[in-house]
Amino acid sequence: MRFLLLFSRQGKLRLQKWFTPITEREKKKIIRDMTTLVLARQPRSCNFLQWKDLKIIYKRYASLYFCLAVENQENELLALEVIHRYVELLDKYFGNVCELDIIFNFEKAYFILDEFLMGGEIQETSKQMVNRCIEASDMLQEVRSTHIKSNNGLKSEF
Amino acid sequence: MPAPIRLRELIRTIRTARTQAEEREMIQKECAAIRSSFREEDNTYRCRNVAKLLYMHMLGYPAHFGQLECLKLIASQKFTDKRIGYLGAMLLLDERQDVHLLMTNCIKNDLNHSTQYVQGLALCTLGCMGSSEMCRDLAGEVEKLLKTSNSYLRKKAALCAVHVIRKVPELMEMFLPATKNLLSEKNHGVLHTSVVLLTEMCERSPDMLAHFRKLVPQLVRILKNLIMSGYSPEHDVSGISDPFLQVRILRLLRILGKGDDDSSEAMNDILAQVATNTETSKNVGNAILYETVLTIMDIKSESGLRVLAINILGRFLLNNDKNIRYVALTSLLKTVQTDHNAVQRHRSTIVDCLKDLDVSIKRRAMELSFALVNGNNIRGMMKELLYFLDSCDPEFKADCASGVFLAAEKYAPSKRWHIDTIMRVLTTAGSYVRDDSVPNLIQLITNSVEMHAYTVQRLYKALLDDISQQPLVQVASWCIGEYGDLLISGQCEEEEPIQVTEDEVLDVLEGLLVSNLSSPVTRGYSLTAIMKLSTRFSSVNRIKKVVSIYGSSIDVELQQRAVEYNALFKKYDHMRPALLERMPIMEKTASNGPTEIVQTNGEAEPSVVEPKHPPPVGQPASQGNDLLDLLGGNDVPVIPTTMPTKPASAGGELLDLLGDLSLGLSLMAFYLFDLFKTVNFLSTGIPPMTAYNKNGLKIDFTFERANPNPNVAVITIHASNSTEADMTDFVFQAAVPKTFQLQLLSPSSNVVPALNQGTVTQVIRVLNQQKQQLRMRIKLTYIHKGSAVQDLAEVNNFPPQSWQ
Repeated sequence: MRFLLLFSRQGKLRLQKWFTPITEREKKKIIRDMTTLVLARQPRSCNFLQWKDLKIIYKRYASLYFCLAVENQENELLALEVIHRYVELLDKYFGNVCELDIIFNFEKAYFILDEFLMGGEIQETSKQMVNRCIEASDMLQEVRSTHIKSNNGLKSEF
Repeated sequence: MPAPIRLRELIRTIRTARTQAEEREMIQKECAAIRSSFREEDNTYRCRNVAKLLYMHMLGYPAHFGQLECLKLIASQKFTDKRIGYLGAMLLLDERQDVHLLMTNCIKNDLNHSTQYVQGLALCTLGCMGSSEMCRDLAGEVEKLLKTSNSYLRKKAALCAVHVIRKVPELMEMFLPATKNLLSEKNHGVLHTSVVLLTEMCERSPDMLAHFRKLVPQLVRILKNLIMSGYSPEHDVSGISDPFLQVRILRLLRILGKGDDDSSEAMNDILAQVATNTETSKNVGNAILYETVLTIMDIKSESGLRVLAINILGRFLLNNDKNIRYVALTSLLKTVQTDHNAVQRHRSTIVDCLKDLDVSIKRRAMELSFALVNGNNIRGMMKELLYFLDSCDPEFKADCASGVFLAAEKYAPSKRWHIDTIMRVLTTAGSYVRDDSVPNLIQLITNSVEMHAYTVQRLYKALLDDISQQPLVQVASWCIGEYGDLLISGQCEEEEPIQVTEDEVLDVLEGLLVSNLSSPVTRGYSLTAIMKLSTRFSSVNRIKKVVSIYGSSIDVELQQRAVEYNALFKKYDHMRPALLERMPIMEKTASNGPTEIVQTNGEAEPSVVEPKHPPPVGQPASQGNDLLDLLGGNDVPVIPTTMPTKPASAGGELLDLLGDLSLGLSLMAFYLFDLFKTVNFLSTGIPPMTAYNKNGLKIDFTFERANPNPNVAVITIHASNSTEADMTDFVFQAAVPKTFQLQLLSPSSNVVPALNQGTVTQVIRVLNQQKQQLRMRIKLTYIHKGSAVQDLAEVNNFPPQSWQ
C-alpha cells in the first residue's frame, strides 16, 4: 500500500497515512487529486479506479470516504476488506463511530491504524488482538491532574 | 502563563470559524502561543502543544517548528509523550529532514525498553519511515527482536525487517537465520507478517527464492488448516477464517511456483480445493478466489486447473457486483495472450460489458474486446465496437478509434468492408481520431486500387453532410484531389454512382477553404486538392483563379502554396501534368500502430519535410545518390521498386521542392509524383531489344520517350519464361552509371509463368541529362523448380536513339 486517506464529502482531510517518503508538496497534490477523483464518482460505480501507476480503492462510510492506494499487483478485493476491517476497529473502539469521533480523536485513529497496518502491510489479522493492544496502551497513558470526561467516557488527556 | 488550551477545545474552537480567514486567524494565534510555549521548554504541556500542532498540520497549515519538539517527546520517559512524539515524527519528519537522524538513538533505546508497547512504538516508527542510515544502524536490533518469543514484538519486527530490506537490500542476508521457524508459529499476526517478509525476500533475490521453495509443503499445510478449520472467532470474516492470511499465502505460493514444475505440482490440489470450496456470496470469498485465479494462471498448473480458473473469471463477469466484474475483466486482459481460446468463450459476456454504466468497467471491456478480435469474429466484433464508439464518452473515443483502425487493418475480410469501417469511424468519431491516422488512412486508400471510385464517392457524400470533423475532411479532400476524375466520371461499381459536376466538386473544396470550421492544415489539404484537379478537370481557369486569390492569403502556409502553384501555372506549366499525376501505391513501411507516428524507411533522408506533418518524407533523390558507380564495379545496390512517399504531405513536398523555384527543379519533384498508369508518351519509334536471355528467362526492353521531358527514357521490360516450370518470387533490379538517374516502378507480378504463357512487365525510367551512352547492370532473382536462382548481367546493347 502506498497511502491511506480519509476525507469528508466536502473534501476536508480527516486522516492521512503515507507509506513511502513523499514531499509535502507532493502530498498536497495527491490529496487534491484523490478528493477530486473520488468525489466525482457516480454513486453506484465500482470502487476501483486507475490513477497513474496505482490502483485506487475507495469506499464511503456514512460521511467519510476511505481512500487506499495500492500497487498494481495487489488484490483490490482484499483492499476493500482492509478498509472494512479498519472501520470495524474504529467502530469497536469508539462505539458506533462517526466522523466527529475521528475529528476530535484523530490521534487515537492513528494509534489504532498503527496497530493494524505497518509500512504498508497488515500486521495483525485478529480484531480482538488489535483492540486489546490499544486498550492496554491507553492504560499506560499517564493521567492528568485535571481532566474532562467526554461524552463517551474516554479520558481526554491533552 | 496560563495552561495552553486543550486539544479538543482547540478543535471545537476552530470548527466554529465561519470563513477561511477566520480559521487562519485562530490558527495563527494558537501557533504563536505554541511557539512561545516551546521556547519556554515547558515539559508538562509539550505533548498537548504538539498534538494541537498535528491537528493544524492536518488542516494544511505549516508545522515544521514542531519537529524538534517531537524528538524531545520521544526522549521523554512518559508513555503519553512518546506516543504523541512518535506520531508527530511519522507525520512531520521524513528522511529528507536532518532532524530525522537524531531519532536514531532514541529509537535504539526504545527498542530495548522494558515495556513492549514502547518497543512497539519504536518498531512501528522505524518500519514506517526509517531512512537507509537508520535502518543500517538499527538492523541488528530488529533482527534480535525477530527471534523473540513475544509474538506482539515478533510480528512488528518482521514488518520492520521488510522495510529495512526495502531500504537497504544488502541487509537481506542478515535476516535469513531468523526466518527459520517463522512459519511454525501459531499466532496469526506473526504468521502473516512472516509470509510478507518471506515474499519480500523471494521477490528480491532468486537465491532466496530457490532457498525458500522448500517451504511450499508447509505453506500448503497452513492454508489447508485455515480452510478446513472450524469457526474461529478471532479470525473469522463472514464465515472464512483469516482471509488476509489466506491471500498472502496464495501470493507467496504464486511466487514460489512460478516456473517451477515440482512446486507447482505440490500446490495443485490445494488450489483446486480453494477454488471449489470457497464461499462466493460475499466480497471476502471472491477476494480469495481472485487471488487463487491469479496464482493458477502464473504457475505451471495443469490445463484442467487453468480452465477452472478462467471459468471462475467467467462467473465473475456475470456477478452483480461491479467490483467483481471489473476485477474479472482486468484478469482476463492479463490472460488473454496466453489462454486466448479459453477467454474467447466468454466473448459475448465481455462485449455486453461494453454497455455497462460504469466507466472503469467500460474501459476494461473495451481493451479486452480489442484483444479478442480475430479473423473469425471481426465482423461481429466490429459491429459492437462501432456501436460502442457511437455512444461512448469522449474520453474513450480516441482510443477506441485507434483500436478499430488497427483491428480493421489486421483482419479486414474485404477491402470494401475496410473502407466502410474507416468511413464509419471518421463520420462518427471524426474529431477524436488521432492525427497520425490521417496519413495511415490515405495510404490504405491508395492501396485499395479497385475501391478508389467507391471511396471517393462516399467521402464526397460525407463532406456534403458535415465538414466539421477535420480528419475526415482531410482524408476526403486528399481523395477528391487524387481521384476527382473518377468522381465526376459517374462510374462506380460498388454502389449507385452519383452525378456530380466539376463545378460542384470545386464548390465543396472551395467551401472548405473559406469555412471557419477548417483548421489551417485542412485548408492546406483542400488547396492542394484543388490544384491537383487542374490536371483532372477541365475547369482550369476556375482553379487558376482560386489559386491566385490565395496567393495573398494571411495564412503564410496557404500563401506559399498558392504562390508556388501559381508559378506552376505560369512558368512551369509543362511540368504540371507530370507533377500532379496519380500517386503510386505506397509500400507499407513501419508498423502503423495507432500510437506510433508512421515513419518511412530508414534509408530515406528527411531532407524535404513538410513541417506540419510529423512523419519524415521519403527521398527518392537519395536513390540517385546511392546508385552504383558502374565504373567502380561494386555490388548492385537494391533499389526499392516503389517509393515510400507520404501522400499526406504531397502538397507540402511540392511546396518545398518548388522552394527555390529554380530549374534545378529537382527532378526530385519529378520523381515524387510518379507516374503509374496513363501518361501520354510520345511514340518514338525506338526499336525494342533483348537485354537478357539465359536459362529460359528472356527479358526484352521496349522504349518510349516520356512527355514532356525528352531526357527521360521510359523502358518497359518484358520478362518471359520458356521453361516448363513457373519462376516465382521474380525480382528484377537494375543499376546505371552515376550520371544517370533511374527509377523502377512496380512489376506487374512476381511470377513469370511457364511456357511463355504470360510476361511480367515493369517500367524503368532513366534520366539522361548528360546524354551519355546508356549502360545498365541488371540483377535477377527468382525461384525455379524449388531452388533459388540469382544472376547478374550487363546490358550494353541499347539502341542509340534511346539515349541520344
